[in-house]
Amino acid sequence: MSTQRPRRAAITGIGVIAPNGLRADAYWKSVKEGLGVLDRITREGCDHLPLRVAGEVRAFDAADLIEERFLVQTDRFSHFAMAATVLALDDAGLGSGDPAEPYDIGVVTAAGSGGGEFGQRELQKLWGQGSRFVGPYQSIAWFYAASTGQISIRGGFKGPCGVVASDEAGGLDAIAHAARGVRRGTGALLVGAAEAPLAPYSMVCQLGYPELSTVEEPDRAYRPFTAGACGFVPAEGGAMLVVEDENRARDRGAAVRAMVAGHSATFTGASRWERSREGLAHAIRGALDEAGCAPEEIDVVFADALGVPEADRAEALAIADALGAHGTRVPVTAPKTGMGRAYCGAPVLDTAAAVLAMEHGQVPPTPNVFDICHDLDLVMSRARPAELHTALVLSRGLMGSNAALVVRRGGDSAR
Amino acid sequence: MTRRVAVTGIGVVAPGGTGATAFWDLLSNGRTATRGITLFDPAGLRSRIAAECDFDPLAHGLDPELRDHADRYIQFAVVAAGEAVRDSGLDSGREDPWRVAVSLGSAVGGTTRLEHDYVQVSEHGRRWDVDHRAADPKLHLAFAPSTLASVVAEQFGAQGPVQTVSTGCTSGLDAVGYAFQTIEEGRADVCIAGASDSPISPITMACFDAIKATSPNNDDPEHASRPFDANRNGFVMGEGAAVLVLEEYEHARARGAEIYCEISGYATYGNAYHMTGLTSEGLEMARAIDTTLDQARLDPTLIDYVNAHGSGTRQNDRHETAAVKRSLGDHAYETPMSSIKSMVGHSLGAIGAIEVVACVLALQHQVVPPTANYETPDPECDLDYVPRTARPRKLRNVLSVGSGFGGFQSAVLLTGPDGRTR
Repeated sequence: MSTQRPRRAAITGIGVIAPNGLRADAYWKSVKEGLGVLDRITREGCDHLPLRVAGEVRAFDAADLIEERFLVQTDRFSHFAMAATVLALDDAGLGSGDPAEPYDIGVVTAAGSGGGEFGQRELQKLWGQGSRFVGPYQSIAWFYAASTGQISIRGGFKGPCGVVASDEAGGLDAIAHAARGVRRGTGALLVGAAEAPLAPYSMVCQLGYPELSTVEEPDRAYRPFTAGACGFVPAEGGAMLVVEDENRARDRGAAVRAMVAGHSATFTGASRWERSREGLAHAIRGALDEAGCAPEEIDVVFADALGVPEADRAEALAIADALGAHGTRVPVTAPKTGMGRAYCGAPVLDTAAAVLAMEHGQVPPTPNVFDICHDLDLVMSRARPAELHTALVLSRGLMGSNAALVVRRGGDSAR
Repeated sequence: MTRRVAVTGIGVVAPGGTGATAFWDLLSNGRTATRGITLFDPAGLRSRIAAECDFDPLAHGLDPELRDHADRYIQFAVVAAGEAVRDSGLDSGREDPWRVAVSLGSAVGGTTRLEHDYVQVSEHGRRWDVDHRAADPKLHLAFAPSTLASVVAEQFGAQGPVQTVSTGCTSGLDAVGYAFQTIEEGRADVCIAGASDSPISPITMACFDAIKATSPNNDDPEHASRPFDANRNGFVMGEGAAVLVLEEYEHARARGAEIYCEISGYATYGNAYHMTGLTSEGLEMARAIDTTLDQARLDPTLIDYVNAHGSGTRQNDRHETAAVKRSLGDHAYETPMSSIKSMVGHSLGAIGAIEVVACVLALQHQVVPPTANYETPDPECDLDYVPRTARPRKLRNVLSVGSGFGGFQSAVLLTGPDGRTR
């Protein structure tokens, strides 16, 4: 169809299921206002664990968006991903019916924790009652590929389907994977991540992360870049995006919300935060290079903001290393301090926030963070109006990945 | 200019033997490594057989930390990667670490360890509000699927893109495919690629019992895995790992590396049909095959061997027979197609990479591995499945295909030194 024109990856739809808002508009309102929703964990069977605070998705009823036959065979993490997909397709004007060209739409998700609650229930049946009590859906609900498979089946999407089972940075890697899929010829991909790590056994599994915050006061538990940084707070939820060939989107009259301009990923070792400085700087340079973007063109940075002192220092220095003097002047933000880190979902939520920030001309603030001890222009307390054309989204994972993604505002002329 | 992708090293931990030499010895002699489960007491299960690795973590010079604490599937991967890197002659000290990538697949990752510790913290399934004090403090390493690629990257000094791929039973093919794309697109010059799984545990066996996907041939485990045979009745669980060193072709030549073959195409599609079901038409797998042939600009008649998914379920064998006929046309009847799962079982995410290594070895030795246990033809499956005995054959272009829960349909095309047409 469009073989003469270069294929570029546009973001045309955003679907969000986050602790601070269901749907992109509610999410943006909370992010812009700097709403903090970290709270005591209320999920059943968790109240005795030494992890008390998280970002929970509340008032979410998957049945509002997803048919019962899908819900019974899937875990909460897939419920989030399927619901976010419905919202993203709706946002992109693609509906949710069977597409006319099924091979032209693919699905890519990142997953860092799988269907833990479903898995724990089936483990309980197996060990408490016997192997005959394990249900037929355990084989398809617990594993990391569940969400991609179900989204593909529900939507009738036969294009390239993939799953990056990753640490946090995998959320950005998945977006880049989808953008490359567009460049290779697929019309559109549903891409993103959603996680549901707040089941009792899943929480026990996370207790060993040395970076985990166990502070019990919600507004003090996750304060990156401050002298009081004491680790990160986990969250559930995530986002799905429609990443689409720009020409395909324009041909069907869809709004191009943003362009996926550049990405790069590196590895510097699990929990080796000092080394992540070099790795993250290298990833930033690689993403700028792929985007054909000068450091000065970056108008806002969505930081990884792990909340561990040496990791925060490494990130601040990496931004300075890669962006030079601009690194201390560019506005930096970390909206995730208001809702926690939803593992692979976190950087996808940040990417959604970056697109929304560019559209609204506002850099959202970093909730609960007031006095920082690094040479960064971190936006705090309230949103800052700004003309935003290009955003840099950063993510690092607990197992050692570093990733950077450059997104450009959709209405801007082609570069 | 298109960057070509060479295979310069292979390593494997498979049932029946560790190392590429032992693995090929098993395959080329048509021996089976399926047996009664010894890794745990399988009493009460419907399928109590598996293809297990006789793997001694003390025998491979693993770091003490990995030897004593790492999950079995991580140990498999590190040992297979070590063999592959040695085989490639790659000197990691001479490589730019930012240009070395890792792409490893696993379908179920650390679930065996997760189940083991679950039993402790739940008091054998008695409590939902599990007791964290009984858990291993390093349990997060089993919980995080990315531990696999992370540990291997750390061992071999890779600092480029490092990822774990988890697309169910096509994880291994897809991990190799992602690695192929990573090098082709110029994001790395070297990629340690492959997959590992050690899923022989009560929960994984029980969940396949629940859908009757695994074979109940408990009385005759050696002959239980019978892909394409009319009397097949499900797959036999396996475990293992395989790793390849993939390398940009000129990069490999410049350092004088021995090149086994090239990865010349990769594609994957979703069937958007059913999480565990397959159609009898095989349209999506056929499309994956067609796409790989297009990438390599190869006529279907130039395919010399198809390494089948061949799990030994009726729906799979029928599905992929139809897919291969659709893509290769009449040439399908002249093309041997075999399933090594007859010998090494189905190691979920790992098997795709193990099968790619089998294809590399088939190209090297110019021998098609057989489908062991194949005796009774099935009228629905009428291709040449290479019954029981390996077959010498001129091999230039070889396809490996796979299907996975979730609807994934993937294909990888390998081309030997004299197989290229462009």
